Amino acid sequence: MKKTVLSLSIAAALLSVTAQAATTVTIGTVNNGDMIIMQRLSKQFEKQHPDIKLDWVVLEENVLRQRLTTDIATKSGQFDVATIGAYEVPIWAKQGWLKPFENLSADYDVDDILQSVRNGLSYEGKLYALPFYSESSMLFYRTDLFKKAGIEMPTQPTWDQVKGWAGKLSDKDAGVYGICLRGKPGWGENVAFLSTMVHSYGGQWFDMKWQPTLDSPEWKAAVTDYVNLLNQYGPPGAASNGFNENLSLFASGKCAMWIDATVAAGLLFNPDKSQVADKVGFAQAPIGKTEKGSHWIWSWALAIPNSSDAQDAATQFITWATSKSYVELVGQQVGWTSVPPGTRRSTYENAKYTEAAPFAQPVLQAIESADPTHPTLNPSPYTGIQYVGIPEFQAIGTQVGQTIAAALAGQMSVDQALKGAQSSVSRTMRQAGYGK
Amino acid sequence: MQDDARRKMWTTALAWFIALVVFFPIFWMAVTAFKTEVDAIATPPSLFFTPTVENFQEVFARSNYGRYVWNSIAVSFGSTILALAFAIPAAYAMAFFPTKRTPGTLLWMLSTKMMPPVGVLIPMYLLFRDMGLLDTVTGLMMIYTLINMPIVIWMLYTYFKDVPNEIMEAGRVDGATPIQELFLLLIPLAVPGIASTGLLSIILSWNEAFWSLNLTSSNGAPLTAFIASYSSPQGLFWAKLSAASLMAIAPILVVGWMSQKQLVSGLTFGAVK
Repeated sequence: MKKTVLSLSIAAALLSVTAQAATTVTIGTVNNGDMIIMQRLSKQFEKQHPDIKLDWVVLEENVLRQRLTTDIATKSGQFDVATIGAYEVPIWAKQGWLKPFENLSADYDVDDILQSVRNGLSYEGKLYALPFYSESSMLFYRTDLFKKAGIEMPTQPTWDQVKGWAGKLSDKDAGVYGICLRGKPGWGENVAFLSTMVHSYGGQWFDMKWQPTLDSPEWKAAVTDYVNLLNQYGPPGAASNGFNENLSLFASGKCAMWIDATVAAGLLFNPDKSQVADKVGFAQAPIGKTEKGSHWIWSWALAIPNSSDAQDAATQFITWATSKSYVELVGQQVGWTSVPPGTRRSTYENAKYTEAAPFAQPVLQAIESADPTHPTLNPSPYTGIQYVGIPEFQAIGTQVGQTIAAALAGQMSVDQALKGAQSSVSRTMRQAGYGK
Repeated sequence: MQDDARRKMWTTALAWFIALVVFFPIFWMAVTAFKTEVDAIATPPSLFFTPTVENFQEVFARSNYGRYVWNSIAVSFGSTILALAFAIPAAYAMAFFPTKRTPGTLLWMLSTKMMPPVGVLIPMYLLFRDMGLLDTVTGLMMIYTLINMPIVIWMLYTYFKDVPNEIMEAGRVDGATPIQELFLLLIPLAVPGIASTGLLSIILSWNEAFWSLNLTSSNGAPLTAFIASYSSPQGLFWAKLSAASLMAIAPILVVGWMSQKQLVSGLTFGAVK
């Protein structure tokens, strides 16, 4: 008995020594489904790398962004792995905040990552973050309602068609709304969606001299259609609906159509989370005048702040979490519909995935055809589809989002809203020193 | 007589109504915590469902709940004790030995609460970084002490003002030193006031989210960071969020219930002269 106690305590002492010697990697991330899976499966990474201990800091997207910005800008080194989006990567890389990924092993096969995704995460030809999952936007619809109304959905509908169908399918007495769209103000909420609509209507945020063009006829046409669609055929209180609210509406059978992030496909298709899992259809996002900029591209990527003191261990973790073998691991342990989408060509060549996930092809098509370097019909000075790749955009987007939400809620007319938005954006840009 | 009974009935009914309205969100959160994710988003909301503890299991599996609770307790109780240790002598001096500048000083202290905290985030962050206080319980305790001090001093000041000066003078005549006066006369007389001030400070520290989210990441993170980790921009985790929130408010709810009597008597202490 005594011997066992002794040997146990020796074992415990040995274990505590190795635990002390381990490098701790602090990972800042968001509470999205794919990240939760990563956190769960990371136990296996820790088993394979006993010298690395992972510490997770999970925060809401905007809180995380503020937290990371403060930490990295003050070089405090609290984070070794940062989960950031395609919007931040080039801006932060330009500031010299991120460590570039160079000399990745052949085994990692960086060329397997989709070109459009890699472009979004590069700055001056160097890759500053590795994509964990990527998304575009697409149209979700209820196959049963469309069948009943005798409408056939083309692979890529037009906005005119969508307007007509929304009226036809709307049955407010039965609690079914023709269309659900984001209305909640914010640069990552209603503005992300509206940007795609405006771009497809032929409009743009800025002209080649960085002058805002929110008072253009294209903006007016797009915003008017948006407001009318939601007010006539949308759910009540649409001005407070974001991605989650619309997901819940669609999943409980209240929406005939919904245009939003492709990641919703996996969630709507999952019978544990959706009451319409067997009657969801997928189509490309609708187009107005042009296909350019009609759907967005976004990546959630993992990057290493320059201030990190565990860069080697962080690199090992990131190359594990974004590798082909990680995709395989999720497929085997969690299920193939749950693998992180939109990053690797090999995922889409895997028959196990394409069989399990009928939305795989439309999603891939949307991601590959989105070109953030040419988002507009006429020439524009910026990159980004649902955002403009400049640091000022968070403020601009939120201002514009709030005025449009006010127009949607009926507090002002579309003309007033766009006029107000134009002058506030002009002011912000002038203060930031553009157009001189 | 009948009028009195009727009035009593009405006020009781009104009190119940207000209590139910105030309590409903917490009740709903508690109910949602035991639903599956599909039940949680169902419209119309499902009232009858098979309860599940799956959400709690998952929350326990994903987060180190014990560490968050311990940090919250350490930070809120620690900062309250610290704040009281500084505030009791300060309020004593201001209440019984006021000078020309006392009202101005009180107002100035309160004015520090008027600045939006984000305005000093970067300087504070740099200070914390250089002092090695980022992500520590000690650092958070210090900042909560400073945040709550003005309110604590103000509340104690008003309670102490209600203690008749004659009692203090009588003590002084009998030869009590200022220290004895403070510990043997004032504190025992003002216990309900001090207790309710302390409880308010504990609750404020428990609920504070801005500094705890910005200055801590894992080792020093309290329950606010724990809840924040269940809020999601993409995906529906309302049931899990409710389960996490229920677990986060449970300890303070119990403390609140236990000290309800103290709190009410403290809040009305000195209300009637």
